[in-house]
This record gives sequence, structure tokens and C-alpha cells, in this order.
Amino acid sequence: MKHFGKVMAAATLGTAMMAAPALAADEIVLGSAISLTGKYSTNGLHAKNGYDFAVQKINDAGGIEIDGKKYKLRVVYYDDESTPARGAQLAERLIQQDGVQYMLGPYSSGLTKAIAPVTEKYQIPMVEAEGASRSLFNKGYKYMFAVLSTSEQYLASAIDLAAEMAKKEGKEPSDVRVAMAFENDPFSLDVRAGVIADMEKYGMQNVIDDKLPRDLSDMSATLTKVKALKPDLLLVSGHSKGAATAARQIGEMGISVPMIAMTHCEAADVTGKFPDAANGLLCPTQWAETLSYSDPFFGTAAEYEAEFKQAYPEYAEKTVPYQTAQATAAVWVFKDAFERAGTLDKEALRDAIAATEISTFYGGIKFAPEGNNIAKPMVLRQVQDGKYNVVAPSDFASHQIEFPRP
Amino acid sequence: MSNFGFVIAHLPFLLVAIATPFAQGKAKWFAYAVMAALAIGAPLILPEFTQQYSAMWVLVVLALTWDMQGGQMGYNSLGNIFFFGLGMYMSAIFQVSVAHDLGEYTYAGGINVFEFTSVQYFTGLAIGLIAAPVICAILAIPLGWVLFGLRGPYFAIGTLGVAIAAGEMFGTWEWIGAGQGISMPPFPGDPDTAKYTLYMLNFALVVATFGVAAWLYSTRFGLALNAIRDDEQKAEGMGLQTLWIKQVCWAIAAFFVGLCGAIYGNTVGFIEPLEVAFQTIYLGIFMVVAVLLGGKGTLWGPVLGAILFHVLKEGTWTYILGWQWVALGVLIVVIVVYFQDGIMGSLRRSRPELFGEFVDRKAAEEAARGEAPA
Amino acid sequence: MWANIDILLQVPKLAAGLFLEGLLIGAVFALIAYGLALVWGVMNVKNLAQGPFVIAGGYVCWYLGGLGVHPVIGMFVSAVVMWGLSWVIYQAVVRQVLEMDMFVSLLATFGCAYVIEQGLSLMFTQDTQTIDLGWGSLDVFGDGLVLLAWQKIMAFFICCVLAVVLVWFMKKSRMGQAIRATAQNARAARVMGIDTDKVYRFTFCLNGAICGAAGALVAMIWVIQPFYGITYSIRAFVLVVAAGIGNLPGVIAAGLGMGSLEQFGGFILGAQYQQALVVGLLLVVLFFRLLQQSRKRQAVA
Repeated sequence: MKHFGKVMAAATLGTAMMAAPALAADEIVLGSAISLTGKYSTNGLHAKNGYDFAVQKINDAGGIEIDGKKYKLRVVYYDDESTPARGAQLAERLIQQDGVQYMLGPYSSGLTKAIAPVTEKYQIPMVEAEGASRSLFNKGYKYMFAVLSTSEQYLASAIDLAAEMAKKEGKEPSDVRVAMAFENDPFSLDVRAGVIADMEKYGMQNVIDDKLPRDLSDMSATLTKVKALKPDLLLVSGHSKGAATAARQIGEMGISVPMIAMTHCEAADVTGKFPDAANGLLCPTQWAETLSYSDPFFGTAAEYEAEFKQAYPEYAEKTVPYQTAQATAAVWVFKDAFERAGTLDKEALRDAIAATEISTFYGGIKFAPEGNNIAKPMVLRQVQDGKYNVVAPSDFASHQIEFPRP
Repeated sequence: MSNFGFVIAHLPFLLVAIATPFAQGKAKWFAYAVMAALAIGAPLILPEFTQQYSAMWVLVVLALTWDMQGGQMGYNSLGNIFFFGLGMYMSAIFQVSVAHDLGEYTYAGGINVFEFTSVQYFTGLAIGLIAAPVICAILAIPLGWVLFGLRGPYFAIGTLGVAIAAGEMFGTWEWIGAGQGISMPPFPGDPDTAKYTLYMLNFALVVATFGVAAWLYSTRFGLALNAIRDDEQKAEGMGLQTLWIKQVCWAIAAFFVGLCGAIYGNTVGFIEPLEVAFQTIYLGIFMVVAVLLGGKGTLWGPVLGAILFHVLKEGTWTYILGWQWVALGVLIVVIVVYFQDGIMGSLRRSRPELFGEFVDRKAAEEAARGEAPA
Repeated sequence: MWANIDILLQVPKLAAGLFLEGLLIGAVFALIAYGLALVWGVMNVKNLAQGPFVIAGGYVCWYLGGLGVHPVIGMFVSAVVMWGLSWVIYQAVVRQVLEMDMFVSLLATFGCAYVIEQGLSLMFTQDTQTIDLGWGSLDVFGDGLVLLAWQKIMAFFICCVLAVVLVWFMKKSRMGQAIRATAQNARAARVMGIDTDKVYRFTFCLNGAICGAAGALVAMIWVIQPFYGITYSIRAFVLVVAAGIGNLPGVIAAGLGMGSLEQFGGFILGAQYQQALVVGLLLVVLFFRLLQQSRKRQAVA
């Protein structure tokens, strides 16, 4: 029941915000439809906490200074229930009924896909932190910017690593046989598309290509195939539910693939739930607190994590997920752009955001003309003795990869 | 503003919808005119609510068409949403294919930028909005042949099964983007025109559906539908081609549902199989509850029910966010359990004269006592 | 697809493994469907909240697990809690719809499903949860090819025990006999002095308890999340419709069969078709029934 009060507080807060009077003069209001209920709500809450943390910290430091005047930040949230139709509707409501001029993104690629056409229609600058789908950036959107690396990079380093390992063992990368189990949703299918492109580059063989239904909680048929075909690399992607199911059944069925990589390990807390099965799993991440990024405001990545844990004690036992860090970074992009633009005009702001080139605790941020961040790589971590250690790419690696996995 | 704006924006619709059944003769036409004026004018005065109004008209169309076979013919379908999703996808396929290869357009790894000229957009839209409903109507015939053999709960579950299966199948089909969905081509021109145009398409569809339903129920065909509802065996015995009538009725409903889906796909801008197109557990259920709320088997009931249900639903989202599903669940339970005849149904019982029905109360009482009326 | 079939033919042990796995999970489906069939057959109520009941049961067991209660004991507690919840729902909702159109019960229980789902997410958040006992797996052939989790095996046996107890209860106890009498002819049962209201309430609560136990098992063998109940409702409906109402052995057989079908379907066609296969099965069964019916009609004419 301990969460009950928290959720109630969030709900009351949301209601109170809606009831709040029209914009005060010295306030900059950002809007966001975020998943507080439904299947993405775990990560939606992570993102919201990241936004709130940044807003709080920026306001405590005096707010945003534009043309000599100080402004406080405020975010208006609506719950999109993790459904795209609702998200699009709420974006309209934020812009039209609440007069929001600047948007923060929702959680997940699907929701971002639903909301981007709306912000684009009204020419509202949106900095989003949780929609990685490659297909967001081929629509010619001019007002959407993403601080995170795009989805095709999620498991790309796992493919590179597998090729490297094959060479070490005296085999050709084209001998590597890959099994894929991806959830049937925009995010995971994008990850899959990136993986397939990379596999083609090395000429690797695709032996299993299953799409997991969204409400499936059983992967045993797919994993039986894995047992039969003995691939060299198993890739899984399916948000928290997919990661939890996969980790559980990989352990139960004694799957002994030398390399297994999956997304959302941290969000599903696989090390806490299945300490044995999780060992040796490779988990891509947008950000890790052990990386050497830093900026003057939030400090280093590690300092950010420590300070965040202080502000949100419920994370004390867990690793702060990258979803939270990138949400904070998105708010920071707004602050930086506002101060450079020196005006509240949204067109000038858009141009300022487009010209962003900063380094932060979350990594470098520089936007391609399509809006995706090209200054920051994905890193790959491996679960080693219950800890997440960065093993690739080699510039960032703090530990050696354990291969084959125990 | 946002505290009361919602109420101000929706109350007039609600009041007119409730008042309409009380209007007789010329007053009825007056009520329709007021409603139409509201519908056309409201989004111009309160443009920020346009999207919510569109969603309201969608529910009205779905409720009206559901009542064609649910209320008038007595076949409670849970799968009409199948045509909604099918229409949405068919229209999207044509709209994109006019200008680009759909497979490339939806391919997840693509880096090309796809643009639509306004000629391409409007040609695509026209083709999509014609093709989608026609395909749905045609498909309803063979599908009806299979499903209408089922009775009662089996019909409801069978149709639900079709909708769920369709969602799953569309979700595995890579050419149409599988679980990725399709981003609809953007409307050329400024956003306010775009929104109002699509809104008016939605509303025009309501007028058309209402007109066709009103006309249909006044024909012999309408009587045949009621005959099937009241006693299918006897209707068949009287020489009615019941199967064919049921198929045609469903095809008409499918036509409008498909068109509704096609327009709504453009209104939303992004479609995907399980939560936007074949949303069995959202709109698929809401349309039935809306009809029950308004009153099954009446012409105005579904309209009233849909408007009222939409306002209640959006109200819970506006004012008690976080508990909205709890509120909605309780609302559905209360509606179906305690309010089964719906507003129009209970009105008909308490004030039959409003429906042009004359009840000889004395004779009715005598009949109730088991005596034959004189 | 053919390559996958080829694998099964070459390594029959894997086929056996899929079949066993299917049986184990099918037993849980069958248990859930049994409860649905009971309520449907006796009171003509189609409980669309069946899936959310199961998930709610799972959460009770998981929550108790967090307090240090062993999940197997938690399962019994969860059955009792769900009995209580069902009692409330029966009094508030189901009782009013008994005499009504069958369609009303579908929608009314669906409304309850919404309430339960959001209620669960408000109480326990939407995090994916699971109960892991760390029991490891059974190596069926001793060569590491087919491993079955002990938790699944235990769940299977619990399902068997519950089924036997339920059948015995229906056959031998006074209440069981009253339930069967009411199912056959409620009016006659009333004439014979059976308090049918009590029978209905008991039946609905019994279903709740079954769901509670099944939910605990689901949490032990898979993962639970407040909004994933609907898939269990769908499966239960498919099974009951496939087997035919009142055909309890049929429900069990269909449950085991569907478990295997899903496994083989997922293996041969790919996991994306697993759910579609289940619903497709429903449509095939309905169509088959239809053909049977029309043949009967011709025979009469």
C-alpha cells in the first residue's frame, strides 16, 4: 500500500494543476502528456520524476534568465494512459485549451509518434526524451528534438561485440547465428530494424525472428526454438514485461547461449528479481551513472544520481534508470535554448534548440537536421555479479566482457 | 477556464440532445436545426474543443450503427469495431499508396523523408474515403453469412473474436507497419483549417448516418428488422429472407462504421492496430454502453446516449484523473444494471404520448388482470 | 515454418518438451475456464472480469509474499480474499443482472473489470511483478534438452488437486448437488426448496476463489501486471465456448489442448501468431458448431 499514497498524490497534483489559473507572467509553462496509468506507466513515472527533478533544481537556482528577467519553470501533465489516441488528444488539449507553447515528450516511441504530428501542426517546439524510434525522424518534423540516441543503436553494439568475439575464436562474423525475439510495438520493431541492418553488414545469419504479442507472458515456445537451433547471440526487446519474462524463462529453461542482450533490464529490475538468471546479460543503455560525462550544473553523472536519489528516496535501493536522466536532460535543453534565444518567441526558441551543442551529465547533445541527437553513443552494460558494468564501446568500457556468459 | 470550460463547451449539446425527444412535429425540426447550428458553430467559437467534439461524433455514429443490428434487429454485436479498424487501415493504405510505396513508408529502418503534395493528399483522401466504406460493406456480406448463424451470447463472442483476431493479424502484417502502425499523411494547409475540415467530415457523417437510419426505420425493411428481433422463426415463416436481411443490415452499418474509421484515422493522425484501430475494449464497448444508456431500438436514443456517455467519460478524465477507469467502470455497471431500458426506453414507458403512441390505460389494466378488452 | 517442423521431427524430445510445457500451462488455463464455465452454466452470467479476478488473486499472493508469507499459503489466502471480493460484486452487481438479458451480464462484469484493473494499479503500481521461489528446473531427459520449471510442475499438481476436490464437491456435498440441480432447472430447484439465491452467491464466490488460486499460480509461473487480465478472460471464453457449456471434462481437455496448441503454434509459426491462433480457434469452433446446427435443421426438415 505504500505506493497508494504516492499515486494518489500524483493524481491530486494533476487535478490541482488543471485547476490552476491561467499563466502567471513570470512563468514558463511546459506541457507533457505522460503515461501515469497503463502499460508504460512504470517508465512514464520515471520520466516524470526526471522532468520534475530538473524543474525543481532549475527553479531553486533562480530559474531561467531571459533578457535580464527571471522566469520559473512549470510543467502541466496529463495522463495519456499509454494509448496513442489519447496522447494525441491530450496534446491538442495542452496546446489549445491550456495554451502551452513548449512541450516535453511523452514516454515511448508509439506515443511520441502520435503526439509529434500535433506539435508539428501547431509549430510547438517539443524536446522529447523517451521516443527513440528511427521512424520519428524520417517525417520531416521541424519542431521535434530528441536528446536520446535512436533505437537502431540500442543493440548495434551487441552485434559488433558478437562479431569481435567470433574473430577472437577464429571464426568469421558471417558464421554468427542470431536469434531475435522482439515485441510487436513501434520501439522494439525499430530496434529490430537496426539490428537487421547491422547483421547484413557482417553477413550474419538470422535463425529465429519472432515477434512477441504485447500481452503475452510466455516465451517458452520461442526459447525452445533457441534450444534447438543453438544460436550464438540471442536478442530480446519488449519493455519491462518482456525483459522480466525473458530473464525468468531463460533461467528456468536453462538457455545456454553464449551472448544474450536485452533492452529494459534496469526498468524490469532483472538483477533484483532473478539474480542468477540475470548474470551475464548484456543490457544497452542510453546513459549510466558510471560514465565520465559532466556539466557545471548537475555535475558528473554519478553526482546527478546521488542528488536524484536524495530527492526521490524511493530510488535509493535501485539504479536510477536512464529514462529519468534523459528526461532531466530534455528540460536542460529548454533552459539552455531559452537563455541563448533570449526571448519567449517559439520560432526563435526552435532555432536556438536546433543550434544546441552542449555537453551535459547525460552526454553530448547536438541535433541532426532531422531532430535526433548525434553527439552521444549508446553503451552496453553487462550484469556481472549482480552489478551493471559498462563493457562496450571500448572508449567507455570500465570492465571486460565475460564471454561466454556464465 | 479549464475548470469550467469543459462544462460550458459540452452542456449545450447535452441540453439539446435531452430536449429533442420532447419536441413534436415542427418543434422537432427546430431541435434538429439547433443541434446542427451548435455542431457547426461550437468548434468555431471554442476551437480548443474541436478534437473532443470529433470524438463525440464518432461515438454517435458508432452508436447509431450499432443500434441498427443491436437494437432494431436484436443481434448484439461486440465486434462492430472490426469495421472501424478495417476502414481506418483501408483508407490509410490508399492514402499513402497514392504517393509512395507503403512498404517503404512503414519500414522501420528507413531514413527517407516522405512528403505529400496537396494534390496527392486530396486524391488519396478521396479514394480512401470511398474505398474504405465500400470494402467494409462488401466484406460484411460473407462475414454475416458465417456469424448470423450464431445466436445470443455466441453471436456477441463470435463478433468479438473477429475483431480481436483482426487486430492480431493486422499487427503481424509488416507491409502495413505491423505493430508500428502508420503515420497518416499530414493535411496540407494551416492547422485550424485542417482540424475544422476533418471535424466537419465527422459531423457530416453523423448527419448522413442519422438520415439513413431514420429513412431505413420508416421502410418495410425497417419493419422486417423489428420482426427478426421480435421473433425470428415467425419472421422466417412469414416468408422473410431473414439471412439476407441481416446481411444487408450489417453491410449498411459496416459502410458507415468503415467510413467513420477512415475519417477518424485522419483526425488522430497516427494509427496502429491494437489501441487505435481495433480497440475492442475501448470504443468497441463504449458504443454498446452508449446505446444502452440512450435506449435500444429507438432513433434518438443512441444519439442521446452517445453524447451523454461521451460527456460523462470526458468529464471523469477532466476532473478525476487517476480514478477515471474506476469511475467509468462504476458508470457502466450502473447504466447496464439499473438503467437497462435507457433514457428513451423509460421515457417511452412513462410518457408514451411523446412517441405518438396512444395507451388506453383502462384497457391495459384490464388486460393485465387477464380480462379481454371490450 | 517447414524448417521448424523439420526440427521437431528430427528431435522428437523437443516436441515432447513442448507438449509437456503445454500441458503444464494448459492446466492453469483449464482451472480459470472451469470457474467461468461454472458461473456461466449455473447462473448464465458471462463473467468478463474473469481475467482481472485472476490478476487480483496474483497480486494478493505477491503482496503477502513481500510480507514473508510463503506463496503456497498465500494462494489459500488469496482464494479467501477473492471469495470476499466476489461476494461484494455479487451483492452489488451480479445479483441484479441474473434475471436480465445475457448481454447485460457481459457488460456489467466488464465494468467491474475496469474498476478492478485501475484499483490494482492504484494499490500496487503498474510494475510487472512475479513470484520466484528459486526451485530450479527438472531435467526431463537428463541431457539438458528439456527443462521444466519445478514451479510449473507444482502449479500443475495443484490444479489437478483442486480439480479433483471440485469434482468431488460437486458430486457429493449438499451444496454441490444444489448447484447442479439449480443449473439443470432453477425453477424446479426452487420448488424443491433450494434457496437458489444462496446457490448463485455461493457459485459466484466459488469462482472468485478459483480465480484467486489460479492467480497465485499465474504469478508463480509467469509475470503479472494490472492491465494484462483481459488475455486470461479471452482464453477462458475460448475454452468454454470450444468445450460447450456444462461440459466440464471438455473444458479441462480443451485447456490442456490449447496449452499445447499455443506451444506448437508459437514454435512452428512464430510467437506473433500465438494469440491470433487462440482466437482463430474460437472462430473455427463456432463455425464448426454452425455447420453442425444447419445439418440438424435439414434433418428435421
